[in-house]
Amino acid sequence: MMHVKLTAHTLVYYAFAITMLIFTVLLSHTAFFTTANLLNILMQTSPIVVMAIGLSFALSVGHIDLSIGAIVAICGLVAAMLLQSYGITIAVVVSLLLGGLIGALNGYLCERLGIPSLIVTLGMLGFLTGFSRQLSGLQSIPIIDPQFISLFGQGTVIGIPSQILWLAGLVFLAHTILNKLRFGRHLFAVGASKPAAHSMGLVVSRIRVCAMALSGGFAALAGLLYAGRMQSARYAIGESDLMALIAAVALGGCSLLGGRVNIIGVLLGVWLIGCINNGLILSGFSSNEQMMVKGIILIAAVIVTSKVNK
Amino acid sequence: MKRSALDQIVLKVSGLQKNFDGVDVLNGVSFSINRGEVVALLGDNGAGKSTLVNCLAGRIQPNKGTIEINEQALLLNSPSASQQAGLAIVHQELALVNELSVIENLFLNREILHANKILRFFGWLDKNAMAKKAQKLLQRLGTYLPDLNAPVATLSGGQKQVVAIIRAVHAGADIIVMDEPTSALGAEQYGFLMSLIRLLSSQGIAIMLISHNLHQVSTLCDRAVVLFQGYSVADVALKEVSQTQLLAYMNGTVLEVPQAS
Repeated sequence: MMHVKLTAHTLVYYAFAITMLIFTVLLSHTAFFTTANLLNILMQTSPIVVMAIGLSFALSVGHIDLSIGAIVAICGLVAAMLLQSYGITIAVVVSLLLGGLIGALNGYLCERLGIPSLIVTLGMLGFLTGFSRQLSGLQSIPIIDPQFISLFGQGTVIGIPSQILWLAGLVFLAHTILNKLRFGRHLFAVGASKPAAHSMGLVVSRIRVCAMALSGGFAALAGLLYAGRMQSARYAIGESDLMALIAAVALGGCSLLGGRVNIIGVLLGVWLIGCINNGLILSGFSSNEQMMVKGIILIAAVIVTSKVNK
Repeated sequence: MKRSALDQIVLKVSGLQKNFDGVDVLNGVSFSINRGEVVALLGDNGAGKSTLVNCLAGRIQPNKGTIEINEQALLLNSPSASQQAGLAIVHQELALVNELSVIENLFLNREILHANKILRFFGWLDKNAMAKKAQKLLQRLGTYLPDLNAPVATLSGGQKQVVAIIRAVHAGADIIVMDEPTSALGAEQYGFLMSLIRLLSSQGIAIMLISHNLHQVSTLCDRAVVLFQGYSVADVALKEVSQTQLLAYMNGTVLEVPQAS
């Protein structure tokens, strides 16, 4: 039998298994443990997983990115607007570049001015939220491009929903970058010890800006996935995901202070929160109550992971 | 006629000056080190040792003076410039990333990439090759670490020291500057480190040892350069001076500069 030691990295596996078990028993009278519902959770959480991957890149170098939700919204809106006159390629490329650039700007401001990423990205969150509202006039922008909807939303490839394929592809990509490539190792080194990384000749500021750009780029992709699934873009998309995101990465075993991140843990962290959310809805909790529970989970996740780390 | 390898000057510092906010910290430091030589850098607190090491490490730039490595005058304006020139610093705090494994630390910023051209383009790591190379490096230095995949945080002070030194050797350093390497070591680890330094020296690597321990310095080093208030006040062969004389140089009671024979 495989022996799994309880650490910040393995905690999420236990938490996930136990939660699923409890929900399956407690909610046996509901539709919780049905293929349709579980697939639904999977689809609903896939943009959040993509955002959480972005956040993991920021965390790996010791930054936090609070503007992820706002980047999701602005990139979704820009894609939807460009789709109306320029077609899918321009819309997707510009949207992804925009996300990457906003992330890079976040990173640049942190390095150049020496301001903590908490402040820079909080400011960026405020700016982008206002900008998205202004740009959209508080209206949602419909998306009718069938190619876009098929690619990012409702489409399937050999029977597998495209959202699931995106999810699998991006998890694989992020996992590969972080564990197989030199760049990933440099991210961890910078996040764990800036002075050591610097003394080994790594250009710390450049690596940190790249990590923030990746965070923005993944947020933009999440924006496209949201837009594709909802067949429209709204200024408020992504706004309410921040708490779930941070809770998910903490549950997934990522240190909120920088260093090694675990993408599979993050994936399970998001799913765990998705399942809890779904379970709460099925049990008749109101959205206000769900929010309170998410807040408690966030604090509990950080407490528990910091305890088992020691 | 070909010069003997051991007569080659590997590091030459000439007239190095550095001031911070108008305060002179280095006032013209000059010395040189030959290949394979083990030289002590002595000096009381505030003598300018750390500033000198920072200049050599490329972390700060001197206001005046030159640093030559392998007979080339170099502008050491970054840690990587210093490393590329062949100079490695093993810091007091060792500059290891505690969360990374021994292998990951050994190859940080010098990773071995996959042989496949496409994978190499993306910076794909060849973990097997790095593991093998790490074993070889350890064998070459006659050392052993129980688990090369363990995070450095789990190692003892002496083991960390070994990792830092092996990393310097792997980086192809011609000169390794060790900043108080023995301050946190037990007797056994201390003995091992001493033999490691002798081994490196026999392989042609010059060592500059910064230490407060005069006994250690006199048993291990060939020569000592003494700093006092930012001046290099002595450059002496250790077999020609007593510890009392060395202390006198360090305290500034003797200020003439004898030259090593």
